[in-house]
Amino acid sequence: MIPAAFDYVRPASVAEAVAALGEHGDEAKLLAGGHSLLPLMKLRLASPGVVVDLGRIPDLRGVRDDGDVLAIGAMTTHQAVVADPLVREHVPLLAHTTAMVGDPQVRNRGTLGGALAHGDAAGDLPAVAQVLEAEMVLEGPSGRRTVAAADFFVDYLTTAVGEDEVLVEVRVPKYGAGWGYRYEKFNRVAQAWAIVGVAAMVRRENGTVAEARVGLTNMGTVPYRARATEGALAGAPADATTLATAAEAADQGTDPPSDLNAQADYRRHLARVLTRRALEAASGA
Amino acid sequence: MSKIDPEEIVEEIEESGQLGHPDHHVPLVGQAPRRKEDARLVTGQTNWTDNIQIPGLLHAAVLRSPMAHARITSIDVSAAREQPGVIAAFTGADLQHHWAGGLPCAWPVTPDMKQPVHLPLAVDTVRYVGDAVAVVVARDRYAAADALESIDVEYEPLPAVIDLEEALTDATLVHEDQGTNRAFDWPFEAGEVDATFDAAEVVVKRRYFQQRLIPAAMEPRAVVVAPIAAADEYTVYSATQIPHILRVMLALVTGIPEQKLRVVAPDVGGGFGSKLNVYAEEAMALILAKVLGRPIKWTESRSEGFQATIHGRGQIQDVEIAATRDGRVTGLKVQLLADMGAYLQLVTPGVPILGAFMFPGIYKFDAYRFGCTGVFTTMTPTDAYRGAGRPEATFAIERIMDDLATELGMDPIELRRRNWIEHHEFPFDTICGLTYDSGNYEAATDRALELFDYDGLRREQAERRERGDRVQLGLGTSTFTEMCGLAPSRVLGSLSYGAGGWEAASIRMLPTGKVEVVTGSTPHGQGHETAWSQIAADALGVPFEDVEVLHGDTAVAPKGMDTYGSRSLTVGGIAVVKAAEKVIEKARRVAAHLLEADERDLDFAQGTFSVRGSPEASKTIQEVSLAVFAAHDLPDGMEPSIDADSVFDPENFSFPHGTHLCAVEVDTETGFTRIHRYVCVDDVGNVVNPQIVEGQVHGGLAQGIAQALYEEAVYDPEGNLTSGTFVDYLVPGAPDLPAFVTDRTVSPSTTNPLGVKGVGEAGTIASTPAVINAVIDALKPLGVTDMRMPASPERVWRAIQEANASGGSAGQAATGTTTLTAQAGPEASA
Ligand SMILES: Cc1cc2nc3c(=O)[nH]c(=O)nc-3n(C[C@H](O)[C@H](O)[C@H](O)COP(=O)(O)OP(=O)(O)OC[C@H]3O[C@@H](n4cnc5c(N)ncnc54)[C@H](O)[C@@H]3O)c2cc1C
Repeated sequence: MIPAAFDYVRPASVAEAVAALGEHGDEAKLLAGGHSLLPLMKLRLASPGVVVDLGRIPDLRGVRDDGDVLAIGAMTTHQAVVADPLVREHVPLLAHTTAMVGDPQVRNRGTLGGALAHGDAAGDLPAVAQVLEAEMVLEGPSGRRTVAAADFFVDYLTTAVGEDEVLVEVRVPKYGAGWGYRYEKFNRVAQAWAIVGVAAMVRRENGTVAEARVGLTNMGTVPYRARATEGALAGAPADATTLATAAEAADQGTDPPSDLNAQADYRRHLARVLTRRALEAASGA
Repeated sequence: MSKIDPEEIVEEIEESGQLGHPDHHVPLVGQAPRRKEDARLVTGQTNWTDNIQIPGLLHAAVLRSPMAHARITSIDVSAAREQPGVIAAFTGADLQHHWAGGLPCAWPVTPDMKQPVHLPLAVDTVRYVGDAVAVVVARDRYAAADALESIDVEYEPLPAVIDLEEALTDATLVHEDQGTNRAFDWPFEAGEVDATFDAAEVVVKRRYFQQRLIPAAMEPRAVVVAPIAAADEYTVYSATQIPHILRVMLALVTGIPEQKLRVVAPDVGGGFGSKLNVYAEEAMALILAKVLGRPIKWTESRSEGFQATIHGRGQIQDVEIAATRDGRVTGLKVQLLADMGAYLQLVTPGVPILGAFMFPGIYKFDAYRFGCTGVFTTMTPTDAYRGAGRPEATFAIERIMDDLATELGMDPIELRRRNWIEHHEFPFDTICGLTYDSGNYEAATDRALELFDYDGLRREQAERRERGDRVQLGLGTSTFTEMCGLAPSRVLGSLSYGAGGWEAASIRMLPTGKVEVVTGSTPHGQGHETAWSQIAADALGVPFEDVEVLHGDTAVAPKGMDTYGSRSLTVGGIAVVKAAEKVIEKARRVAAHLLEADERDLDFAQGTFSVRGSPEASKTIQEVSLAVFAAHDLPDGMEPSIDADSVFDPENFSFPHGTHLCAVEVDTETGFTRIHRYVCVDDVGNVVNPQIVEGQVHGGLAQGIAQALYEEAVYDPEGNLTSGTFVDYLVPGAPDLPAFVTDRTVSPSTTNPLGVKGVGEAGTIASTPAVINAVIDALKPLGVTDMRMPASPERVWRAIQEANASGGSAGQAATGTTTLTAQAGPEASA
């Protein structure tokens, strides 16, 4: 439980951070809240030669109102997200879900950017980023680029962030009053990772579902959208039977893992049940 | 100018608080004064072993086997020795000649028990993942940890032995030299067992499983050894429950004479039995300090704690109960397979044997057969874990009572009423030869039912069943007793335990009237400093604040048997009472002399000796202390000391009991179980400090509930511990537990002068079956009849699926059979 020796640098700007990444190549690892990276280092599952600490770059923290979107700095802590009035008003699903991440210590240190860049499919926020259709802003040696959530999560613990890039900002569209939302997190003890989680957003119009989005946590190596369920609901009546029928398709196209907390078939079952519950709550049905 | 008024001076001294106010002493026993030790414990500003710094301290790190079972074909530590900061590195072979003996097992339960040699560092063969194979000593712990990576070990894998029944085929031997994986067979029989079962109207037969548990004390293990090399003397600081036993054992393991060893248990952050042991790292640190002549520290990482600190439980229990159709239990048969793990640790084999006496629980019947086979496996050694044998036994009897009630179509509480010992029958000699001295199961149960609103919950259960609610309600009962306050030395002797069960206390009266209470019972969170202060303050009539409790250091408290088995108060606390009585008798002699009165004419109350008939002629015991210190004017021939020692050896165990009722809500769609209401009414006899009792009950409940719903050490077929971190080994926290409703009845123990019984393990022992009974009760209409622990959501969900698939009798086929025909013998039901 003691990490291997490493060097430590603390850039004062994103440009310096990018430069440090360029200098050290795959030896370097960015450090945000450290709540995913340090456990890996202590178990010696990760042994970076250089740790580049993003903790002293003020630009990376905070939530900005940017017209139709909120721009959330990558280093904004979970707790800051939960407490932020802009987030609560315009993207309540994000505040609601982030409040369920870990425990207070974790939320006081862990960051939104770290949680997304780490790309852990068992993390709650990647699935939420999917249904929110957020965009990630990456900065590298040749400037900035933007990647849609749908393209961001590549594989197990692998995202679109290049070796020489820093995730600087998460851009989330504002959602108006017509949207209902819910994150159903299923775990065995409070404050643990989700065995399965389901994020749902529903926009209703005249008793029908105008649009439904469903994101799945821990149902494969990446966070999935439950496209079959979403498709079945578009334009359908927002009643319990319709939602339940649509939820039956929630696990289609997923590839859930088996571990001590759940075998794959049980996860599929949970995904269907939790999807129904999340949709019921999100649609007010 | 002013006249000296002695009265005034006394008053002044008294007001200054120096002597307290002995004549206003309010009894403290039964109160909950603020715990003396908590400020330092909860802030961590104390001498936890890992906080200890000594000039020149070196740090050890241990390389552990990644294999469950393998031959070490080669091992090379030379590269580690070259690493920066490294002072030394040793293999098992390097240190082999330093061991005077293996790590001890003090409980050879049978004369022919297999007791393989257990060296602190493995030589040639590793037998569990986590077995120590090499040790590095470096200037700091980081260098030591890094250097482990440059040790080269080649292993030739051998098959893992994970399954207890398979182990008994001896296809793979854990210890080749022993020729078998069967460590011992321990039988017990009383009454006409076969005839009883042959004649039984009803026989219920079940197989229950006790999963392995990981104790996970908050403070990891740690040891620091400070040598005085020139004198060949050593101080061993260890996060241990048992400094006194450790001292003896380290002398035997290392050959260092006992009188050259001082063992200190500084403040210790929890143990639950896991620190009731003699560990490889303790012996190793001592030998390293001897070899290198430098102080050595080793602190366990949490990962090491999962693998290399003892595990608890690990049993397969085949249980059969015989009864009449109207619900009278006539006999019980229990056959255990107990998982020893790879080696026998300090009391490993004794744990299931302690349980043997508790399977009959609170019930009366005339035929009992018990057998236990200890089985070696290639997993972490097991040993005592909170309750040690008694939770396993209580689970089995309380589960099968519920299963029997179901078979008979009887309310589980009614079935218990028909079979339990009634309160007028105490003292009661049990079928196991124990004498339960006191108790009142009726009172505890009635109170619990009332607090629980049993009838109301049954109604709600019926309603939910009626409407097919997704969330079903289940009610579970556990009416338990346990034997604790270990233990009468004679009984331990008859069970082949290697030591006695007494406890020591000394009281030292200081010149200023303050009091030092020295106890041999070593706390690791229980609050001895507070409770012992209450006892001593009451006995001596001195202020609570004037009492200081010293413990955990063999140089300060040279005699002791330490803390486990809910023994501290019932044995160690009584030693304090007895020592106080001796102090008072000595002080009485001095007081009589000073008051020029006859000893027989002195009353002692509120800390004051006064002459009967003329109360103004008096001396406080604190004044006597000062007079004895000065020793100017003592009775002829009297030694100038009123200090006293006492060693108390109890004549009997204490038998706490209680009724625990649990209501669970089970989400039948996901399998998730939530505790809806938990009521326990415990009878722990008289109570010294109700807050400490409450704390012990709450913590105990949490750990018992954890076994029922959350925790399990899981090994894969290759013998890897797959639940190796807290991500997979789920320890519940406050949000997972209900607000417990606790109450007490008081049936004082008749076997000690305070009338107290142990409480350290009660909650753990009682709660597990209450929860599982509740889960099964919730799912009964769905056809679920049994549930492995922990009752994880997935397990519950699968049980429901299987019940659906098999038309409503899941679990049954897999776990046992029931016969309801008259005259059905065990063969017929097998
Ligand atoms: C006890 C515990 C419980 C937890 N429970 C939950 C839970 O219930 N749900 C949940 O979702 N999460 C949980 N977490 C994880 C927590 O949310 C982490 O904080 C989060 O996943 C990672 O964020 P971080 O800021 O700590 O990132 P770090 O650990 O610092 O970094 C994680 C990875 O992302 C990279 N990275 C970080 N920031 C950037 C960036 N700006 N640009 C590019 N790469 C970057 C790092 O290089 C590293 O590879 C838990 C963690 C702990 C310790």
